[in-house]
Amino acid sequence: MIWNEYVECMDRERLAKLQSERLSAMVERLYYNVPFYRKEFQKKGIEPSDIKNIDQLKHLPFTTKQDLRDNYPFGLFAVPVSEIVRVHASSGTTGKPTVVGYTRKDLEIWSEVVARTLTSAGGGKNDVLHIAYGYGLFTGGLGIHYGAEKIGATVIPVSGGNTQRQLQLMQDLGSTILACTPSYALYLAEAMAEAGVSADSLKLKAGVFGAEPWTEEMRREIESKLKIKAIDIYGLSEVIGPGVASECMCQKGLHVFEDHFIPEIVDPQTLEVLPYGQIGELVFTCVTKEALPLLRYRTRDLTMLNAERCECGRTLVRMKKCLGRSDDMLIIRGVNVFPSQIETVLLEMSETKPHYLLIVDRVNNLDVLEVWVEVDKQFFSDEIKKLEDLKKKIQHNIESTLGIGAIVKLVEPKTIERSEGKAKRVIDKRKLK
Amino acid sequence: MIIQQLSVFLENKSGRLTEVTEALASAQINISAFSIADTSDFGVLRMIVNKPDEAMKMLSAKGVSVNITEVIGFIVPHEPGGLHRTLKILSSEGISVEYMYAFALGDRASVILRTDAIPQAIAVLQKHKMELLTASDIYEV
Repeated sequence: MIWNEYVECMDRERLAKLQSERLSAMVERLYYNVPFYRKEFQKKGIEPSDIKNIDQLKHLPFTTKQDLRDNYPFGLFAVPVSEIVRVHASSGTTGKPTVVGYTRKDLEIWSEVVARTLTSAGGGKNDVLHIAYGYGLFTGGLGIHYGAEKIGATVIPVSGGNTQRQLQLMQDLGSTILACTPSYALYLAEAMAEAGVSADSLKLKAGVFGAEPWTEEMRREIESKLKIKAIDIYGLSEVIGPGVASECMCQKGLHVFEDHFIPEIVDPQTLEVLPYGQIGELVFTCVTKEALPLLRYRTRDLTMLNAERCECGRTLVRMKKCLGRSDDMLIIRGVNVFPSQIETVLLEMSETKPHYLLIVDRVNNLDVLEVWVEVDKQFFSDEIKKLEDLKKKIQHNIESTLGIGAIVKLVEPKTIERSEGKAKRVIDKRKLK
Repeated sequence: MIIQQLSVFLENKSGRLTEVTEALASAQINISAFSIADTSDFGVLRMIVNKPDEAMKMLSAKGVSVNITEVIGFIVPHEPGGLHRTLKILSSEGISVEYMYAFALGDRASVILRTDAIPQAIAVLQKHKMELLTASDIYEV
């Protein structure tokens, strides 16, 4: 099924024309409403009237997460805060989150693209949508929620956690589509097996899974254990949240909703635009959003694009499942984690030095973060109680900064490898390739 | 009266303890009393050695987290109630014990005790005519 056939199956030439018009109008709005972009345009000698065509996108400046941080919280907004009806946030690298905002129209756009996502996963008004993404500042829960209401589905806003209750509700309410992170889907499957609940006793037929990287192997596992079709969805709060791109039932790449978000692939080093079919960093330009329309936002996700028409009939360009990152960001239980955040926590504490190692693993299908911290001579106490207190304090500070729990392990000094130049700070044991 | 105790932070890793004892042996340092406190991922090794400052410098240079903690030592009779009488005295004077370890030899038992209130503990034990140990007493055991 296709939610918006007019756009999703539009002739590519016509789509380019639509994108060009929207880009041109957007550049003009940015020039007059966002001082940050005006300065960037002036530096490059670009007048808003110069930009008439999407081919000129490559001349425009990039936006990075650092720019959002530098302009925290509302500096890059293109409308007054009074026009903002919703704010979401993701964890930042320095303790301060990245704040994104939405006008009423932005929320409509968001519902529209999520409606397309859910429809391409086979969802419709007869479906019971079990939303186990977190509700709150994270865009996952509320993002899917409004799209699900838009298609007229019966929405169960269960949010994360309390797996037993999740299973109970899925059984009793007859959930047909599950929305959560892929690792949580696997965790649910295992909890079902333990509780002796068979997949046949549920009415689940599909799942929309995103917010973290996952593999084809995980997909097969989820599909066989839950007896559903597992659909990969993609989004990030800086662009809008879930609903930036979604697989269709063909499962051969994620259709990017390009009438709103124009994708490009660039070489992460030279920043040159790469042709379709080549792997590089994914960059998005929002051409319809009002509150936070970012220009050439560098996602740091590595992937490639394919503009061939899909068997499903959609003409929208498809991105491959993300292949990795061009920076050191980790996604743990759907939450963005930068090693530098841990470093900040340790530097801020007087009892620790920033010698640490992050070990990320997947145990029983749930991500586990272990942080090794060296016990420096200066701070070593021979009383176990004090060492345990130190451990708890580090654990608490990490949790309040990252928003996710971590297991802290105290290790001897010089245990963590010191290397010349870039230190090895992360061991990711989750096999994702 | 105050005895210098060597405390060493150790990860729970096989062979780690041996490395420390080997380093002490090769530096001709004698261990007179010894205890290990352990948790699930690390342990603290506590020892009374004949040359604590030298041992600390030597282990420090090897990158070991080590420090010196003040403890007291005293003698209790090696008989039922021997330890209990002393602990009762300390507790009635409001002195709490962080940790202790002991060994008995013949009719006497030596106890090593750590508390936050070292001077008070010494005063209390002296008042009750308990036999306190000095560092050299222990090295010569």
